[in-house]
Amino acid sequence: MPMNTEWKPKIVAFCCNWCSYAGADLAGSSRLAYPADVKIVRVPCSCRVNPLFILRAFERGADGVILCGCHPGDCHYTSGNYYARRRMTMLFSMLDYMGVDKGRTRVEWVSAAEGPKFAATMNDFVKTITELGENVKLGDLRCKESLK
Amino acid sequence: MDQNMELRQTILEISGVNPRKCMKCGKCSGACPAYDEMEYHPHQFVAMVEKGRIEELMKSKSLYRCLTCFACLERCPRNVEPAKLIEAVRLMVIRQQGMNHMKSDDLPAFVNEDDSIPQQALVSAMRKYSK
Amino acid sequence: MQRIGVFVCWCGSNIAATVDVKAVAEAMSHESGVVYATDYQYMCSEVGQAKIRSAIAEYKLTGIVVCSCSPRMHEATFRKTAAAAGLNPYMVEIANIREQCSWIHKDMMTATEKAIILARAAVAKVHLNAPLVAGSTPVVKRALVIGGGIAGIQTALDIAEAGFEVDIVEKQPTIGGRMAQLDKTFPTLDCAACILTPKMVECSQSEKIDLLTYSEVEEVKGFVGNFTVKIRKKARYVDTTKCTGCAVCTEKCPSRKAKNEFNMGLNTRGAVYIPFAQAIPNVATIDATNCLHFKTGKCGICQKNCSAGAINFEQQDEIIERQYGAIVAATGYKPISVDKMDEFGYSRNPDVITSLELERLMNAAGPTKGTLLRPSDGKHPKTIVFVQCVGSRCDQSTKGGKSYCSKICCMYTAKHAMLIREKYPDTDVHVFYIDVRTPGKNFDEFYRRAVEQYGVDYIKGMVGKVAEHDGKLLVQGSDLINNEQIKIDADLVVLAAAIEPDPSARSIATMLTASMDTNDFFTEAHPKLRPVESPTAGVFLSGVCQGPKDIPETVAQASGAAAKVIGLLNKDALVNNPCVAHSDELICNGCSQCEKVCPYGAITYIDKEVRGPGVREVRRVAQVNPAVCQGCGACTVTCPSGAMDLNGFSTKQIMAEVDAICR
Repeated sequence: MPMNTEWKPKIVAFCCNWCSYAGADLAGSSRLAYPADVKIVRVPCSCRVNPLFILRAFERGADGVILCGCHPGDCHYTSGNYYARRRMTMLFSMLDYMGVDKGRTRVEWVSAAEGPKFAATMNDFVKTITELGENVKLGDLRCKESLK
Repeated sequence: MDQNMELRQTILEISGVNPRKCMKCGKCSGACPAYDEMEYHPHQFVAMVEKGRIEELMKSKSLYRCLTCFACLERCPRNVEPAKLIEAVRLMVIRQQGMNHMKSDDLPAFVNEDDSIPQQALVSAMRKYSK
Repeated sequence: MQRIGVFVCWCGSNIAATVDVKAVAEAMSHESGVVYATDYQYMCSEVGQAKIRSAIAEYKLTGIVVCSCSPRMHEATFRKTAAAAGLNPYMVEIANIREQCSWIHKDMMTATEKAIILARAAVAKVHLNAPLVAGSTPVVKRALVIGGGIAGIQTALDIAEAGFEVDIVEKQPTIGGRMAQLDKTFPTLDCAACILTPKMVECSQSEKIDLLTYSEVEEVKGFVGNFTVKIRKKARYVDTTKCTGCAVCTEKCPSRKAKNEFNMGLNTRGAVYIPFAQAIPNVATIDATNCLHFKTGKCGICQKNCSAGAINFEQQDEIIERQYGAIVAATGYKPISVDKMDEFGYSRNPDVITSLELERLMNAAGPTKGTLLRPSDGKHPKTIVFVQCVGSRCDQSTKGGKSYCSKICCMYTAKHAMLIREKYPDTDVHVFYIDVRTPGKNFDEFYRRAVEQYGVDYIKGMVGKVAEHDGKLLVQGSDLINNEQIKIDADLVVLAAAIEPDPSARSIATMLTASMDTNDFFTEAHPKLRPVESPTAGVFLSGVCQGPKDIPETVAQASGAAAKVIGLLNKDALVNNPCVAHSDELICNGCSQCEKVCPYGAITYIDKEVRGPGVREVRRVAQVNPAVCQGCGACTVTCPSGAMDLNGFSTKQIMAEVDAICR
């Protein structure tokens, strides 16, 4: 079958199993559209997201990475999202220093009841990434067609 | 789109009010101090705008009976803000070209020797109607 | 090398309408390691599952990917299917192509492309899956119920009935909760105390139930089947084993300024008090903030008058620690504060009251001994106006309002109106309503009876202003049916205030790691199919803490929660989640970082002889207790050496998914 050829951003969304992934499911069952550029990776908790995963995503040609977790105080594992918040604050400022615009990385808290918020967040994030255009920093030349 | 629905759209844009938020509780009309003076009451305003019955509203004297005290806006449990709708309809009437109630030439007739009309009102009327 | 089977579900037209399922299966058949790919209408059906089972046998599959709905929906189903065919259940991965693909995209090409990528990520992950075996932990055969209202009482009674021990923790000095404050109950008008107090007595007499009144939950640790809870028994300054409940102290107490909470502050009580005559346990409690002995060091009249010698000013708070297999939240509700709603003048005028206050004014044990009198001058009100939906169904931006319908107000207002008309037929009763909502058995008949038989005047409209006027209350409201604004000179205005979760619920939810919605109601595990369970395993919900409910619904839910608890406690052991962390002792450098971040204390350090290629020495290494670990993964990221990894969500697996998505 024919495939789309125009540039579309590649966006990886890490969602915690208990809140944000359920929020994404709710967005789906409420039929709230957001762009297909967002691909969700399920993790048990936002604190399972190793900074390595995000670096890997950029290396492999992602244009934006978003991490969604439970609201502060609501973490299924009590404190996981606090760890995630601290780690991501450090990582994102380092990525910014390395030339990956701060707009390309984001942490959002989405609860299992916030389907509309999930869709709105993804729409907004895709819009930001589309405006920022293709990411050329950190990309591994062997991985990304357009960088060759 | 029929004329009334276009007017409705304009009113919604001017006022920023979404009449569909109304749950028809009638608290606005319960709070309105000018209720008995009005032909269409605050809750009817919201319903009529929603139904696109704008021309009737524009012709109604109720527009000028509203004190703009914002009691309806303050009391509304759904945050519909009927006062803003009324204000928007009022603006629609005033803003229509050639639809001034008065011409600037009519003004001198209002100037009485006993100063029953304040100077300030005359000056602002001149400013408004001489355009 | 894995032999992977891919099964693409149509979900009827839910997926197939927007995703070209054949193309997905076709694309997957070219992925490395995939030896079989197919599609079918309903994979979760018995026929669909049979297809999976036979494919596992026929193609000797070592891992499968099901492209279907959310794993939160059917992961367990397909794991069971795999297990039935002899495949380890943890060799199953789900690609969510319904909620996260077909339902949110309209364009077939886009949706199909995305579905292929999602399926590819799942295939990449399953390549690195390893068979996992779940361990098991024993279940403590005791339940904790937090809250001693009708919800907590019913839950505890049902659990006790099944033969399990159960503790009720109640923060007030007595159990009974809100229902004890009510006068009559709709739609049958039987008195609340008459039907509640026998249940309260049953609780106190049951050998299986331990009542911990005037106590609060301090700390919750552990997990389903094995909770460890610290409970603070607040000092009553009364020895409950000696107190006979004679109430002499409550009469002698010279401090009379404290507001009587049980009567909604409509009268006062002594600093030493028994909340109401049928309190369980029937013992006195000293409220130290109002007691003259604690304020001035003098007094002690209660102590002198107590023939049982039960008063003990030296008593201290006591912390007890107990083990439970299951916890039920039954924290209940309170009416919202209507102080900020100026239009009703609740804070300015004593004759504007809430419905719960009216309930006390009409109750024989209330401040007026059951005669309906105005709080301001003690006269009989002749005209009474009820206002419904006060603070319910409000836009979030309005002050203090709640967006939800409080559900019970329509019915209790009809009840109040009816009771007043019956007892005082010369009283005019007007009810302002927006909608009358009476779904429930015999509910609408009840409301119609109030109108037709008792002549209650229902006015479709809302009150906009209540102002004091010549000793009366001028109520100005709209009558939408007659299209007029009406003014009523009323003697009493009763506000049907919205209800909200008890303020203590938030901290309890945090301790239980149970989630709440934006209104602080506990979230249920599934809004339709698992309404009495919290998403947190081992935590159950009973009564209004989950959402507004009347008494019959509360009791039904309470028994439902009890049934779930009994089902859990009936098991001798629970199968653990095998997706837990584990440490590679060859790589672990013994730094203790993981121990510090673990929220469950599942990681300990031991000295152990490590054997590996060229290594044979005793090292200090991390060890994870798989029964305690909940699998959050905090340790895996903290570990500087990369020794810690999580089963089912290993670093390599997630990286493979990321790679597949970005390919």
